[in-house]
Amino acid sequence: MSAGGTGSGDLSTGDLTTGGMRAAWAASPSELLMKAAAKAASRRRSTVRRRLTLIAGLVMLAIAIVAVLLAPVLVSASPTTIDALHPLASPLTAGHLLGTDQFGRDVLARILYGGRIDLAIAFGATSVTLVGGTIIGLVAGYLGGRVDAILMRLVDLFFAFPFLVLIIAIVAMLGPSIFNMFIAIWITSWVSYARIMRAQTVVAKKQQYVLAARALGYGPVRVMFRHILPNVASAVIIFSMVDAVGNIILAASLGFLGLGAQPPAPEWGTMISDGQNYLLSSWWLATLPGLAVVFVGVAFSLIGDGLTDLLRAGER
Amino acid sequence: MSRFGSFPRRLVHVVIVLFGITLVTFFLLRLIPGDPALAILGSSYTHTRAVAIDSTLGLNRPIWSQYGLFMGRLFHGNLGFSFFYNQAATTVIGNHIAPTIFLIIYSAVLALVISFPIGFVSGLRRGGVTDQASRVFFTLSFAMPGFWLGIILILIFSVHLHAFPISGFGGGLAGHLYSLFLPALTIALGFSTVLVRSLRAATITTLQAEFIDTARMKGVGWSQVLWRHVFRNAVLAVVAVYGVNLAYLISGTVLVENVFSLPGLGTLLVSSVSDRDYPVVQGVTLLFAVLIVAINLLTDVVQAALDPRVGQEIGE
Amino acid sequence: MTEQPLLTVTDLHCYLATRQGVVRAVDGVSLAVHEAEVLGIVGESGCGKSVTCRTIVGLMPAGIAHTSGEVIYHPRGDQSILTASPAQLRSLRGSQLAMIFQDPMTALNPVRTVGDQLLEAVTAHVRLSRSQARARALDLLSRVGIPAPARRMNDYPFQFSGGMLQRALIAIALASSPRLLLADEPTTSLDVIIQDQILSLLLELQRDTGMSMILVSHDLAVITEVCDRIVVMYAGQIVEEGTVADIITAPRHPYTRALLDALPQPSHQDADHQDAGPRGPLRSIPGSPPSLIDVPGGCRFAPRCPLAVSECLTWDTELLKTGEQDHLARCWRHQEVGRPQP
Repeated sequence: MSAGGTGSGDLSTGDLTTGGMRAAWAASPSELLMKAAAKAASRRRSTVRRRLTLIAGLVMLAIAIVAVLLAPVLVSASPTTIDALHPLASPLTAGHLLGTDQFGRDVLARILYGGRIDLAIAFGATSVTLVGGTIIGLVAGYLGGRVDAILMRLVDLFFAFPFLVLIIAIVAMLGPSIFNMFIAIWITSWVSYARIMRAQTVVAKKQQYVLAARALGYGPVRVMFRHILPNVASAVIIFSMVDAVGNIILAASLGFLGLGAQPPAPEWGTMISDGQNYLLSSWWLATLPGLAVVFVGVAFSLIGDGLTDLLRAGER
Repeated sequence: MSRFGSFPRRLVHVVIVLFGITLVTFFLLRLIPGDPALAILGSSYTHTRAVAIDSTLGLNRPIWSQYGLFMGRLFHGNLGFSFFYNQAATTVIGNHIAPTIFLIIYSAVLALVISFPIGFVSGLRRGGVTDQASRVFFTLSFAMPGFWLGIILILIFSVHLHAFPISGFGGGLAGHLYSLFLPALTIALGFSTVLVRSLRAATITTLQAEFIDTARMKGVGWSQVLWRHVFRNAVLAVVAVYGVNLAYLISGTVLVENVFSLPGLGTLLVSSVSDRDYPVVQGVTLLFAVLIVAINLLTDVVQAALDPRVGQEIGE
Repeated sequence: MTEQPLLTVTDLHCYLATRQGVVRAVDGVSLAVHEAEVLGIVGESGCGKSVTCRTIVGLMPAGIAHTSGEVIYHPRGDQSILTASPAQLRSLRGSQLAMIFQDPMTALNPVRTVGDQLLEAVTAHVRLSRSQARARALDLLSRVGIPAPARRMNDYPFQFSGGMLQRALIAIALASSPRLLLADEPTTSLDVIIQDQILSLLLELQRDTGMSMILVSHDLAVITEVCDRIVVMYAGQIVEEGTVADIITAPRHPYTRALLDALPQPSHQDADHQDAGPRGPLRSIPGSPPSLIDVPGGCRFAPRCPLAVSECLTWDTELLKTGEQDHLARCWRHQEVGRPQP
């Protein structure tokens, strides 16, 4: 056992008030070796734990995708069939695992089918902005000069607006619909990727491998996409996970505000908005779709965190 | 030696961005498919009014001339006429500003109060209870749509516990603080996710700095070292993050105002979208963007005040 | 030296728990520092000299570092440092033990003025009025040779040059009149001319105040200029210790010998100061130090040692007396270590 001091040996940092951060002490070298080895082993275990977050996230996402795609198989009810005889049934009533809404429509069915829209946004909107923004950032960073200046001014301009407000405004002008949601997101979200990619490219183009490639006479397109991109892709890929969460929330938000999917199409955001009217009596209407959003959101977050550790570990 | 050496350059940059904002806002209206005059007037459409609008907006003129007209009106504080409210758009907007500003400040302060202690302690005692608990909590809250979190808070605190009002702005300062607590908390929690993570990382990095060792070697008490060196430097690293996300927070107010039925700019924006009140939509978007520019400027000023090295940068 | 030393380190071990395994950074180090003595610790990067110093003052991070052995500071009632409470450590630091670090730029808080940080050190152990504290601070700054001290008090670290900043750090270290100063590579990140100035300053201050010093460096030339006694470390162990004179003229460990041989030779000059002969080749030590995770048995220097025989790989040698007073070496063939080549 370690001896002495007010803080016990193996704190990761010290006592807040009395000034910790002191090394553990052992009475003999052999005991010392044992304690140190034990600590080293626990450090190795924490690496494994981090891999688990990535796997957990992927599994959760897989569950969500499968559930949503297999909706017709999993629920017999249709998300839009009105059942005037059984409105506002609470969860666990017969035939309706998660209850029904004010029109008697099955909540579980609406959540699963509604998930298709939100997941479509998560993948569709994110992937387009990822690709578009990356290319623009890559080009701006690599070419530099006026192209860079112009593109980055444009990026700064978009950053001056709160995204939601701008998207609302765009959707307002174009007319509320799912497709216009996509357009609005495509117009505004590429800028984050462009900024990240440009910063990475500016640093990368001074590296040895780029100079070597150019010395070998490779054209700019080849250097950008075959050489620089693979090396700096990790940052944007990690960010795309964060962005995916944001886009799902964005889609739900627009739905909530009535600017996205229009009734009777099921969508998590519109369901929450409808449910808010029945908060006092039927809490599940507003709560359950939100849990679906959280589930998918957490999945993407875990993937993002896991990827961060995985990719960063390589960089160290 | 001037600490604000790059300040004039910053101001120029700001002016350019402001001009850019007006450009984007101007183009928003041009996104409307079909006849803008028809869209603006909606049910108030008469031929006379349509002609009047055509000439005010200069819809028959080349686009740059239209922009000139727009800017001219802008400098006179004229944002257009809201046919829905039958008032100048500026008046309508003016009536809705107060709750939004109050909410923004309230959320910003609340976010500080929540995230700084948690972030700091998480970084100090890495792997400790606070760290792990907050990490779980904030991963979940990050994936939560802000409006859904608001609804849950209403469910728990207003509906079941009757601790806070469900909606409304309240009267007097105390009334405002009371009524806006749940909305501000909703926004602050979303904001805090990033802040906690940033401050935690900044604290960990600062703790490893050599000047912390120098400070300890003076024989200064640990709590003093924590406060004067660790906290002060870690917070500095977070100022920029705070500023950027404060701008993001503004998007949050739009949703939260809708959930809690607050008579602010956010509610105005959404209702004017469904009311097809385009001048108001345009005006609110513009105002939000200007708010963000102001916040970014404020962030830079605060950063320069806290960090003597900032004024020394040559170029941006 | 017969009077009681200031600081005694006995069988110090410091192991670091890392993901790759246990790093035996310090593996059985014993040393003593006496009053008004300058002790040098010399060795390659990674030999454990910095870790030894940081362990002595208790700066090794908890959770990673594990220590055993004893570090006793005698003037304070034989205070054991490794098992001291935070309050005890705090009262020792600054007033008895002080330390300066290698890179002055990172050793100071970049967003507070140098004056502020100096005043913090000045008032750490005594209550002083504002003017008293300021006077002491100004006095310290002049003592370390910083011109216009009143003006420099209000400057930030980035406004100082490396050499000036190191002087300020020395001032901070001396603020509470410590009896033992540990200097961890204080000149390594400075250019050569400044190095000399800082070393002279340290020596001068040491003589004026009578404090003891532990100077750590990988540069043998620096060590020999300033120190009274030297300890040579390799792979976490002390391989030789003795007075400067003894070690330079008659090293008793092959590693020390190799270090001395590796010092760049000036070109030969004849009596009329004309260039007489070519410079000898730069003699470096082949190979590299062993891993501190999988520490090999036997002598740790054996793989690189010109005198090694097969027994060296299996015998764990202690520090042996070499016949000269207080001159020890961890080599059973120490008699055969010749004088360094001129």
